[in-house]
Amino acid sequence: MTSPTPLLEMRGIKKRFGATIALDGVDLQVAAGEVLALVGENGAGKSTLMKVLSGAHAPDEGQMILGEQNYAPKDPLEARRRGVAMIYQELSLAPHLTAAENILLGVEPNTGGVLKRGEMQSVARDALNQVGLSHVSPNTQVALLSVAERQLVEIARAIALNSRVLVFDEPTSSLTQRDIVRLFELVKRLREQGQAIIYISHFLEEVRELSDRFTVLRDGRSVGGGVTSQAKNSDIIAMMVGRSVEDLYPRSVREPGEVVLEVEHLQGAPKPQNASLQLRRGEVVGIAGLVGAGRTEFLRAIFGLDAVKRGKVTLGHFTGNATPAQRWNQGLGMVSEDRKIEGLALNLGINENLTMTKLPAFFNPAQRDKEATTWADKLFVKRRAVTQPIGDLSGGNQQKVAIARLLYHGCDVLLLDEPTRGIDVGSKTEIYRVIDELAREGRAIIIVSSYLPELLGTCDRIAVMCRGVLGEAKPIAQVTEHSIMVEATGTEVHAAEIPHAEAA
Amino acid sequence: MTPDISQNPGAEPASALSNARKVPDISKIIDKIGPLLGLFFVVGLFTALRPTTFPTIDNAQLILLQTAVVAMAALGMTLIIVSGGIDLSVGSNIALCTVSIALLLAKGVSPLLAILGGVVTGMVCGLLIGLLITRLKLSPFIATLGMWGAVRGIAKGMANEQTVVAPETWLNSLLNTLPDNQKWMIFPAGVWMTLLFALFVVLMLRFTRFGRHIFAVGSNEQTARLCGVSVDTTKLAIYVLAGAFAGLAGLLQFSFLTLGDPTTATGMELDIIAAVVIGGASLSGGQGSILGTLIGALIMTCVANGCTKMELANWVQQIVTGGIIVAAVTLDRFRHKAT
Repeated sequence: MTSPTPLLEMRGIKKRFGATIALDGVDLQVAAGEVLALVGENGAGKSTLMKVLSGAHAPDEGQMILGEQNYAPKDPLEARRRGVAMIYQELSLAPHLTAAENILLGVEPNTGGVLKRGEMQSVARDALNQVGLSHVSPNTQVALLSVAERQLVEIARAIALNSRVLVFDEPTSSLTQRDIVRLFELVKRLREQGQAIIYISHFLEEVRELSDRFTVLRDGRSVGGGVTSQAKNSDIIAMMVGRSVEDLYPRSVREPGEVVLEVEHLQGAPKPQNASLQLRRGEVVGIAGLVGAGRTEFLRAIFGLDAVKRGKVTLGHFTGNATPAQRWNQGLGMVSEDRKIEGLALNLGINENLTMTKLPAFFNPAQRDKEATTWADKLFVKRRAVTQPIGDLSGGNQQKVAIARLLYHGCDVLLLDEPTRGIDVGSKTEIYRVIDELAREGRAIIIVSSYLPELLGTCDRIAVMCRGVLGEAKPIAQVTEHSIMVEATGTEVHAAEIPHAEAA
Repeated sequence: MTPDISQNPGAEPASALSNARKVPDISKIIDKIGPLLGLFFVVGLFTALRPTTFPTIDNAQLILLQTAVVAMAALGMTLIIVSGGIDLSVGSNIALCTVSIALLLAKGVSPLLAILGGVVTGMVCGLLIGLLITRLKLSPFIATLGMWGAVRGIAKGMANEQTVVAPETWLNSLLNTLPDNQKWMIFPAGVWMTLLFALFVVLMLRFTRFGRHIFAVGSNEQTARLCGVSVDTTKLAIYVLAGAFAGLAGLLQFSFLTLGDPTTATGMELDIIAAVVIGGASLSGGQGSILGTLIGALIMTCVANGCTKMELANWVQQIVTGGIIVAAVTLDRFRHKAT
């Protein structure tokens, strides 16, 4: 279990916020030239642990040792100076500054406050070269770089200060498949250069590909770990959720009924190009495809959030385009792929978010809260009160509220865009169960997802979107992960390039 | 296994959750009554410092009179700020409304129609702001910064750059201290007007769909759109309604001055915004209450009044008021961190 000479060791780290125990005894070790994967469900304490490591929070108890010396950074700057650097999940660059200014932000070489431009240039140049951005000038404004390049600039910032420990916090969440492959190569190169790397991820595929060892966090405690190549996926998942995952994709026998939604040659501006689909009662249809293929735009166009250029949408006995308000009235509801930015109003309560689409012009708040409670109970939303701001809930519970909104409204047709993105395995299973239940009740559901096992597990038919064109929806028995990827990329691919099998 | 939503084994028992609701959350209570505590503090402080002149019935009347104009306009500002907007032009709007009321009265129009004229003037300004924001997609700050200058200019032009004298009507006495034979009214009519409209807005925010949509738009505009809320219509209605309150504030200001003055209420927009913010509203939207706003307006008047009673110079009052705004918002942030 223990590596020979750990460069960084965390022992018995505890941290509480008020009454909440975020970390309850975490032990972790990582050696130079090693990749340690840190896995766990959302809310297991990964982020807090990394904040302790990077000096943003001081631990209440426990000890950290870095290179045989005591390590207790008082702020992130001291952590950086000691050689511990973070690469955050959400990009944390200042878009108006140049690459060099970002890389040396807070540690700019200077004499009496006057910047040493030359030194900044050379340090930034070196760092950019190391991460494979030799074509990017240090004077480039960061806003002009692509997402993948920005992430590499972040990594450049991390290693520019002679880092010894690098922490990657779910770095692939905003990257395309090709950029992920490049990122992995870089991580492996950094390991060979003797960096100690902590890699946080939801994706077991990534853990398997990159890490030498892994540590599992659950409920603020390190509950296990080992050598990655000797552990089975099912074992790791069992450690993460604290129980074995059975019946992850509940699926009952469904009887598809009459067609409720028919889309004919739909064209949006600029995506999708051409999309046709028939959806029946009691049926779940999945839409697969690469990021940027136009799947979200397809749903948004049907729902009336984006303009329709050409084509016809028939929903029940309504034909033609409509605004979101009209779609709700017609019994069509949508869950957005981004619950924080679009899906939910974070500082409003569960009650407000749940009932927003169907509020009478004059209403009784007590009655509204009662109804909201009913639906929050049905979907097992864990909460203190139904008036609790939605931002306080975990991602899984937020998503349940977003789905509960459609049920409260009484939607017959549900458009779910990435319904389980960024939520823990337990909540995922609950959402799959709800989806199955809804289909059994005769509702019609479209799911857009980048996570193929989920589509294969929940859908009756799957259609693939490639460059804005939606293919034929084929019965689940006729498709495989491989056939979907072939269609999604428009080319023949190797099995190894199929995107992540996510945790569970 | 047959999946059934109602028999999920992984679910928390609902009873454990409802228990938590019975325990009163102290930080939540403080959160609710924070501005009120501030008011008690200010009143207590001046009562202790000037026990003979500050806590008298006459002075309390005076404080309410002095608060009415700001409070009336702050009703509209609360709606705007809760929806994530801002209105820098409300002071100019108030001045324009005093001018239009005075001009109408001078033309021999009946007082009631003059009031209507003032309110419509305010609503037209609000509609213009709303159109600038929803049609030209200007940010509320920029749109109302432009209106701040333009409306003031229109007021000066309409009034020929001087005050407009109006014949004496009952409009002049809305904010007078009550003569002895009318003591039964407790407050002057202008104060009652403000309280009545405040109650109207409280009910509207709490019990109507439009009220909740104001919060939804301020909290997350995109979510509101996704949920079928007509965001632009809601915003337009908010600014028109706020314009009406600016018109009513203009009426009260006219009553105070007994004439139309295109230069009146200069800088008052900042007092109005300060009252809303001291009352616990967030400038990023989605948060705020009418009760808080009224208390915020009262705190500001109490400070000004108390400083006068202590014979402090005007510049001292301004420093104290500035300090209170900063302190109120700082305290608010601490309260929210604690929860």
